[in-house]
Amino acid sequence: MRRALIRLLFVVALPAVLLSVWWLASDGSTNVFWPPLRTILRTFPDVWTAHRFTTDVVPSILRLTAGYATAAVVGVALGTVIGSYRRVRAVCEPVLEFLRAVPPPVLVPVIMLFAGIGDTMKIVVITSGCVWPVLLNTVEGVRAVDPVMKETALSYGITGAARLRTLVLRSASPQIFTGLRQALSIGIILMVISEMFAGTDGLGYTVVQFQRSFAVPDMWTGILVLGMLGFLLSVVFQVVERRVLGWYHGLRAAARRTP
Amino acid sequence: MRGLNTALGAAGLAAFLALGEVVPRVGIVKEAYFPPTSRIASAFWDELEDGAFWSALGDTLTGWALGLATAVGAGIVVGVLLSVVPYLREATASTIEFLRPIPSVALIPLAVLLYGTELRSVLLLVVYASFWQILIQVLYGVQDVDPVAEETARSYGLGTWARVRHVLWPSALPYVMTGVRLAAAVALILTITAELVIGAPGLGATIMVAQTSQAVPEMYALIVVTGLLGLLINVGARTVERRALAWHQSVRGEVAV
Repeated sequence: MRRALIRLLFVVALPAVLLSVWWLASDGSTNVFWPPLRTILRTFPDVWTAHRFTTDVVPSILRLTAGYATAAVVGVALGTVIGSYRRVRAVCEPVLEFLRAVPPPVLVPVIMLFAGIGDTMKIVVITSGCVWPVLLNTVEGVRAVDPVMKETALSYGITGAARLRTLVLRSASPQIFTGLRQALSIGIILMVISEMFAGTDGLGYTVVQFQRSFAVPDMWTGILVLGMLGFLLSVVFQVVERRVLGWYHGLRAAARRTP
Repeated sequence: MRGLNTALGAAGLAAFLALGEVVPRVGIVKEAYFPPTSRIASAFWDELEDGAFWSALGDTLTGWALGLATAVGAGIVVGVLLSVVPYLREATASTIEFLRPIPSVALIPLAVLLYGTELRSVLLLVVYASFWQILIQVLYGVQDVDPVAEETARSYGLGTWARVRHVLWPSALPYVMTGVRLAAAVALILTITAELVIGAPGLGATIMVAQTSQAVPEMYALIVVTGLLGLLINVGARTVERRALAWHQSVRGEVAV
């Protein structure tokens, strides 16, 4: 009981201190760019109404989900193919290294040429930025499948879809999740900036509109919403990862206990 | 074997470039949107002779290097401090877990209001994004310190500073180097983003100008430049990592028994 209390104290103490420092330091602030926290919080419910949630937050999240899911499927599928054949890997490696090194945000102007400024553009931008970390990590993961397990599967006659599901993708999944985690943060960046470039709705668009019209407290609430979205998505990701990779973390913990 | 792989890689690259030449020529995609490789290449050479290109490249590299250096310095200092001072790690864990996933692009409007298109806007975004990469790796690295080594150092009477210098730092260095490599890539992404979106001078802003003035081959040439820059940074970071960790078993390739 006391243990739990102390842990709770550790979790809440610093955020509470920081928030109160922000509150006190900004209270009575007349600087236009740093409005008092009190004002920001008071503006919050006025700005982020249910209506705004359906018109701005939901479309952003839907676009992110569509782009990210496409990137995950394409990345894992291509990565499995490339990782399984040594020759294919040797042919593709230099090109992939180059494509991965291109900073994803420069894709926005290119894809705007092809796809205009609608939803398609944004989804394609998110997909084409997120696909590289997933793809390259899948290649690495598939390449590193334990040869003993490979031969065991072979001698038990496990082939085709069963081999893919229970051997290849299973043992590559920790690597795939590393790629998915990197892709998630790139996806959020691309979601926001593709909306900042061009658009009529979405979180990025709204926040930039507030900034352009010098609605500073509103802009701050937008920054808070973006921050909370990033935090929530990472929590969701961790929950999913812990479920899917539970066997792997358990294995590692066991290996660490018996050196 | 190595020779064969290099040859296959070169063949893949050649095929990729040839595809870029053929696809627009045949008319599968419009040439106005996707110029053939040869036109991108000639635009690339034109850029190399242009003084404005080199100053843009210089601006981008300045923003990248300053931002990365600040983030690395701050990340290491804060990371070591958090691990050395008792209870600080536990007390800051929740705050770090909350602040880390906040996308740095959320700070773009603030950067615009505060600093406009100055270098400082770029630095704000770059430092915020790369700082967490370093800090997290430093914290992981410190957790990985061998308790026996730590206790040995204590019983030999090493002070705090000596323990940080001779036990904690070498054990954490592989992690720190991973952090630096990741942060170098992230810093480039954020530098280019800031230039694209905010319009701070640099390659990103030049790409945006090329796009709005319909100079499509130039735009592709500049994008190729950013890709090459990213490639150089990756290779450079890996080289630095190997040099700095030449003593470490992961690089030496020996298995400790």
